[in-house]
Amino acid sequence: MHAVELLGFGPAGWGAALLRAAATTVLVALLGFAAGAVFGGLAAWARIAGSAPLRWLADGYTTLLRGIPDLLVIYLFYFGGSAALTALAQAFGATGFVGVPALATGALALGLVSGAYQAEVYRGAYLAVHRGQMEAARAVGMSTPLMFRRVVAPLVLRYGVPGLGNVWQLVLKESALVSVTGLVEILRQSQIAAGSTREPFPFYLAAAALYLAVTTVSTYGFGRLELRTLRGVRRG
Amino acid sequence: MDFAFLGSTWLTLLSGLPLTLKLASGAVSCGFVLALAVAAMRVSGSRLLSGPAQAFVFAFRGTPLLVQVFLIYYGLGQFRPFLQEWGLWPFFRDAYWCALLALSLNTAAYSGEIIRGAIGSVPAGQIEAARACGMGRLTAARRIIGPIALRQALPAYSNEIISMVKATSLASIITLMEVTFIAQKLISQTFRAVEIFVCAGSIYLLVNVAITRAVWALEWWLSPHLRARPREPAALEAAHA
Repeated sequence: MHAVELLGFGPAGWGAALLRAAATTVLVALLGFAAGAVFGGLAAWARIAGSAPLRWLADGYTTLLRGIPDLLVIYLFYFGGSAALTALAQAFGATGFVGVPALATGALALGLVSGAYQAEVYRGAYLAVHRGQMEAARAVGMSTPLMFRRVVAPLVLRYGVPGLGNVWQLVLKESALVSVTGLVEILRQSQIAAGSTREPFPFYLAAAALYLAVTTVSTYGFGRLELRTLRGVRRG
Repeated sequence: MDFAFLGSTWLTLLSGLPLTLKLASGAVSCGFVLALAVAAMRVSGSRLLSGPAQAFVFAFRGTPLLVQVFLIYYGLGQFRPFLQEWGLWPFFRDAYWCALLALSLNTAAYSGEIIRGAIGSVPAGQIEAARACGMGRLTAARRIIGPIALRQALPAYSNEIISMVKATSLASIITLMEVTFIAQKLISQTFRAVEIFVCAGSIYLLVNVAITRAVWALEWWLSPHLRARPREPAALEAAHA
């Protein structure tokens, strides 16, 4: 009964705060995933069509970011960003410490990490696009941008959906690490609640349940999306 | 570039490496044993066994590792009297054992699925052939299914080992002084985030590159059928002719 009251929506309950925090988790994960799509798209493009130095750079980016703990990347952006901003503010005459907004830091760090994984997904999906499709697009006189928009991008997304689903789940779970910057997402909110009520177990269990709910809904959503991208494809 | 600072930082961070490696190797070994059990339960064909294994995998793959760490370290601390009564308190009081437990359970859930997939990929004909030769289930598992599945699982499993090395960084949040903990402390003392990040990152990268190479070597050793045949000695060739 006690736990129900703590997690409920009454005056002593943390239910509403936890749900708001869940919205923040989804928001920071979405922003991180979107930023990752930009980084990943650029890196994939560099690896497929770039000159040697660009390819080398993109290779380095994907190898590095997949081999270094994400927590370190978050610390780099959080402390490094604050240090840079403080220096900048002092150059303009301000005094004292300037912190970076936690949401932006988290989204950027998640974006950089997930971009390395998304690059691999896009590259793999591009390689799976049948050559004939692009030759046909050329043959009907499409320019490169038009071919990209009408032929390559839709097909890459179709082949990439399962891989992107995995990256999205990864981003969702990594978003818990952003709690170290003080962003009040699910885990940080649970920490706050656990600290103020001295009841850590129900709150961390609730946090786990919230993450499980979001990942389960995502799995279902990506399953539907996969079915939709495969419409019109004949399967054996 | 302040090379003296980079050098001394690198050496300071290196002092956290033994703990990082201890956590990673401990979690990977315990996790592997658990994963074998999980995979065995899932392929057993019995609902009573595969159901709990499936629930375990679902729960641990669907939640962030950091939440699992907090649930075990802080959450279970709430049941201190109960744990003391059972004599489990010395284990759950210690951040090291809690981190090791969380990491092991987490990797067991992921590796269990990798092993299950690898077992599923063993061609039915191979198993039938083993049975036809008169091998019992256990002998077939040990001599035929095991080696083939191991070879299949290696690429995915090496990714899992690397992600465990990276995951040990979360132990820093529950005060274990491994590489990331030292890095975080140094950054908040000196505010030289970029240099310290480069040093800490290079340590993790070196470890992960070494693991990747070791797994490649293991894969090569396990795949004699994919290698070029060794050339027969000239004398033998002459004798054949």
